[in-house]
Amino acid sequence: MEKLNRVVVSRTNSQLIEARNLTAGYGEKVVWRDGNFSFGPGEFVAIIGPNGAGKTTLFRMLLGLQHPVAGSLSVLGGPPKRGNPRIGYVPQRHLIDSETNVECLELVRLGLSGKRWGFNPFSAGERDSALVALESVSAIELAHRPLGALSGGELQRIFLAEALVSNPDLLLLDEPLSNLDLKRETDLLHLVNDVVRKRHVTALLIAHNINPLLPHLDKVMYIANGKIATGKPGEVLTSESLTALYDVQVEVLRDPHGNVAIIGVEEHHGDMR
Amino acid sequence: MSICPIQPFSPNIISDVQNMGCFEFMQHAIEAGTLTAIIAGITGYFVVLRRSAFTAHAFSEIGFAGAAGAVVLGIAPLAGLLAGSILGGVAIAILGRRVSNRDTQVGIVLAFSLGLGLLFINLYRGGYATATYSILFGEIIGVSSWEVNLTAVAGVCIVVAMGVLYRPLLFASLDEDVAEAKGMPMLFLGTAFMLVVAVTVSFAVQVTGVLLIFSLMVTPAAASQYLSKRPNRVIAISVALALLATWIGLFVSFYTNYPVSFFITAFAFGAYLLVRLVHWVASPQKPATPAPATSPR
Repeated sequence: MEKLNRVVVSRTNSQLIEARNLTAGYGEKVVWRDGNFSFGPGEFVAIIGPNGAGKTTLFRMLLGLQHPVAGSLSVLGGPPKRGNPRIGYVPQRHLIDSETNVECLELVRLGLSGKRWGFNPFSAGERDSALVALESVSAIELAHRPLGALSGGELQRIFLAEALVSNPDLLLLDEPLSNLDLKRETDLLHLVNDVVRKRHVTALLIAHNINPLLPHLDKVMYIANGKIATGKPGEVLTSESLTALYDVQVEVLRDPHGNVAIIGVEEHHGDMR
Repeated sequence: MSICPIQPFSPNIISDVQNMGCFEFMQHAIEAGTLTAIIAGITGYFVVLRRSAFTAHAFSEIGFAGAAGAVVLGIAPLAGLLAGSILGGVAIAILGRRVSNRDTQVGIVLAFSLGLGLLFINLYRGGYATATYSILFGEIIGVSSWEVNLTAVAGVCIVVAMGVLYRPLLFASLDEDVAEAKGMPMLFLGTAFMLVVAVTVSFAVQVTGVLLIFSLMVTPAAASQYLSKRPNRVIAISVALALLATWIGLFVSFYTNYPVSFFITAFAFGAYLLVRLVHWVASPQKPATPAPATSPR
């Protein structure tokens, strides 16, 4: 009985991602340092910051494609390792060539079994899992459409299904909202939020504009000028906290609808609209 | 062994085919052509999917330099062809897929290889024109039984290799970044595929020659892409089209005495045009007709 309790306690305390004094960079060049953050199960986190601030670098470290320069990083209870099946990844795109006449179902199934060698035709079970994944992103009607014929928003849903098909615990989405119009951006965000809540998966989403994300987020991570601020949006995105972090006057403006704009750290983040 | 009667073309296609098959050189040609069409049809799908057609063409030109060099040294041209294209394949694979898609650099290497081949051919004094012609435009009619056996061995190796690579290669071709993040050995996959392409090109050169390599490596696969959205079916159709073009090409060439390579190229091209036309007619959204207003964009 006591043992059982301990297991439960350790589960609730366990963090999916834990970084201590983490420094990111390529070789000699440091992109950011002193990253201290942790994310638990089922959290929806937005990562914002100027271009080249090191947002994608964080993803590459989580995926085990790049090593930390210093500090420690633990992902899903261990060091990051390449090919971790518990991570679903949607890279920054890269559009699919319009002549690619391969049906969407095929790509989603490859998300499940693309690593397996051999000419084994896809099993009925794999097909069902792929259809379930498509269903969960409201893209079941796209199953037999060719990849090359999809719009940007449709393609993002297919990529999301491809990432979800293996039932990951952690979802890394690199700028899924770029190239989407306002309506499709809102639709996709609702979809990601649904996935996070229903599947209890932790999602890290890199975005350019924080505002459409604010209603859904649990936490926000702001990366700029080699430093990282992490926490609840209301705590991180204030003039005081960002000014203290960056040692320069940073202004966080809010409009009556709750939209924010960050001014003072290179380019501003968040369009008021 | 009976002596084959030389008969003109008759309306009876079956007896025509029997008559053609009676000749040993035609048997060899059919065997080598069939094997080549199968491997070119399979490999061609991935060449088209990965947009590596130009690279595949470059292999054949590098192979030309190798083959011409082999002729000078008195070795079998096929050996030089294999050595040249495999060397090119490994080099391009190591440089990476992003490099292999750079038309300019590939084109520069291609032009130099062709020039090098010309020099080698010039150094070779005996049968200057014949050697050049057969490497550039194919010599399927002159294939020996030894070459047929070698083609069979290579064909089996390629079919097995493609069977093993199939799913990871499909994944890596459609979604390189995710495949890499999932821990796929990208360099290995790229190199293995380039080797397969290099070997396929070398054997396809026997049939179509260096300059007409696209007719078996690219055209059937490109045409079949329009006929299915499932990769395994596209590959099957691609093989079927390559086989048809080769068989009909051999048959027509036998009775008209015009070059086999021309007919293979022509039938492959005809099939491609036909497929595009049918696809265009059957496709629901034609660019000419205005789409119904569904979305504001």
